[in-house]
Amino acid sequence: MKQEVLYALDTPYRQRMEIEGFRFGSGEKACAIVGGIRGNEVQQMYVCARLVQAFRRLEEQKAILPGNEILVIPCVTRFSMNVGQRFWPLDNTDINRMFPGYDQGETTQRIAAALFEAVKGYRYGIHFASFYLPGDFVPHVRIMNTGYQTASLGNLFGLPYVVMRTPKPIDTTTLNYNWQIWESNAFSLYTRDTDRIDEASAQQAVSAVLRYLSRVGVVKYNCHSGYMSTVINESTLAPVLTPTGGIFRPKKVPGDPVEYGEVIGEILDPLTAELSAPVTATTSGVVFFATDKPLVLEHEVAFKLIRRLHV
Amino acid sequence: MIQKVTGLSMAVHEQLELYKHRYAPKPGNDTGRRVCIVTGIHGDELEGQYVAFLLGRRLKEHPEFLRCTVDVYPAMNPLGINTIQRGVPLFDLDMNRIFPGADDGPAVEYFAHKAVEDMRGADIAIDIHASNIFLRELPQVRISEETAPALVPLAKELNIDFVWVHAAATVLQSTLAHSLNAMGTKCLVVEMGVGMRLTRAYGEQLTEGILNLLRSQGFWSGETQQPRTPLVSKDEVAFLNAGAAGIFMPETLHGTHVRAGQVLGVIADPLTAEEKEVVTSPVDGLLFTLREYPVVYPGSLLARVLKQEVTA
Repeated sequence: MKQEVLYALDTPYRQRMEIEGFRFGSGEKACAIVGGIRGNEVQQMYVCARLVQAFRRLEEQKAILPGNEILVIPCVTRFSMNVGQRFWPLDNTDINRMFPGYDQGETTQRIAAALFEAVKGYRYGIHFASFYLPGDFVPHVRIMNTGYQTASLGNLFGLPYVVMRTPKPIDTTTLNYNWQIWESNAFSLYTRDTDRIDEASAQQAVSAVLRYLSRVGVVKYNCHSGYMSTVINESTLAPVLTPTGGIFRPKKVPGDPVEYGEVIGEILDPLTAELSAPVTATTSGVVFFATDKPLVLEHEVAFKLIRRLHV
Repeated sequence: MIQKVTGLSMAVHEQLELYKHRYAPKPGNDTGRRVCIVTGIHGDELEGQYVAFLLGRRLKEHPEFLRCTVDVYPAMNPLGINTIQRGVPLFDLDMNRIFPGADDGPAVEYFAHKAVEDMRGADIAIDIHASNIFLRELPQVRISEETAPALVPLAKELNIDFVWVHAAATVLQSTLAHSLNAMGTKCLVVEMGVGMRLTRAYGEQLTEGILNLLRSQGFWSGETQQPRTPLVSKDEVAFLNAGAAGIFMPETLHGTHVRAGQVLGVIADPLTAEEKEVVTSPVDGLLFTLREYPVVYPGSLLARVLKQEVTA
């Protein structure tokens, strides 16, 4: 294992911000793995830290196959994480909206450019990402439909679902999108939590990455085969919106089956605790996402459901 | 007449509401056209608040001159303005990256969708921004290349200092201006002043410009001032970014003409009491952007200079 500083930035009133990377094996650039790009992505950093441990053991056991180099970057912005802010502390810009970056540009463009320079050119790129809506997901792999993607590779992680996303304009500045444009096979992995550590889903994510790298011939790793992934298109997920504002009490969690019309949550009046409105399933299927906010506005995404394909 | 455009129930017995003020022409004066004045998409940009006030006052004083409907939306992101946040509170979202929104989307996208639908069919829209808290801008209109032929002639009527025609960026397809232009409403984006402040001179300048634009289209029959002739640039702009961390202190006045090599400011370290960088202009030109907020990191934008001045 080689631990190195990939980028350093002078900052006023604080120590230099450094992006640290961990390299394993040697040879062709096989896989780059990136954890917390945002300051609240604690789970994402933790999963990568666990991967650093795992790769170190594999390297000691000579289980990283010859000719393959792996790079792990657990935390891109400790500068944000150390002060508990999701985005760049000075101007609240999102580094995952700055790729491929610009080394002569604004601060976060420079950080993105330095990170992208470090991780581009790898055969596989894996980013542990978080969603802008707070809540819990079924663990899944997300792949952008850029025209460069290979959906079948997503199955090799052995996670329950592979979600294909047709990029919107705002996606064109993400790490995942730019990795693909620069001809890496890019995957975003979503685990159950973001700003808290969930051991079970962290372990599932570590196993998924090792399983994947074993299947594509980068490491030797014996594990169970995981799930036969179901590939779904993100646009087919059925949103369930809150019918009014108030206290939200979910009755289902990700992975639960639901029936059309079933009450899967409820909105309570925040001052009397009386039922304001039920939240009902808009289709039969499986809960893919559930918000974990106790207070909700009207028209918020309470759940996203995977439509049942057959009865 | 003040009209509610849309509303959403918030968590604890409050409505999130979007309002507009509709100024209608007197009977017999209506050309059937509509102009939207939009501001407050970013909650920390307040320059448009003054314009909404000044323009509304002029329209109320002289309704007899009005020949079209003017809808003024002063607070597109009411929660952001109310809580002094640039984005939309609760969602950490830049509202100007989610247009045109979606009827079946999450709350903010739904809100954006309702606003866009309310503006649908308008002939002209002016979306007023105020840079951010970091940079001070001369009054300017920013236009993407593909819409320049239709929009530059309108921009010249707005009494601004500068028209910046820039290359199209995919990510900007999520802005209100892009959505409205795609829907057939000619939308001009104004940037002026600085975040969290009102620059009264700029507000008065733009208000005269809006009335002048209305007059040029036959939508306002009152007298207006002769608009100033803006410089029009196609990306002949020099960007100056900080090379060091510290505090930036400008040494040149904003809005002035500078020469190549002229000192624009210095970056200093308060702890060591040393100058870390002397910032000079790389070109002759107009200093149209100047940093307002002193603390800088390497990369922080300090200034922009318009290199080649082309009189329209």
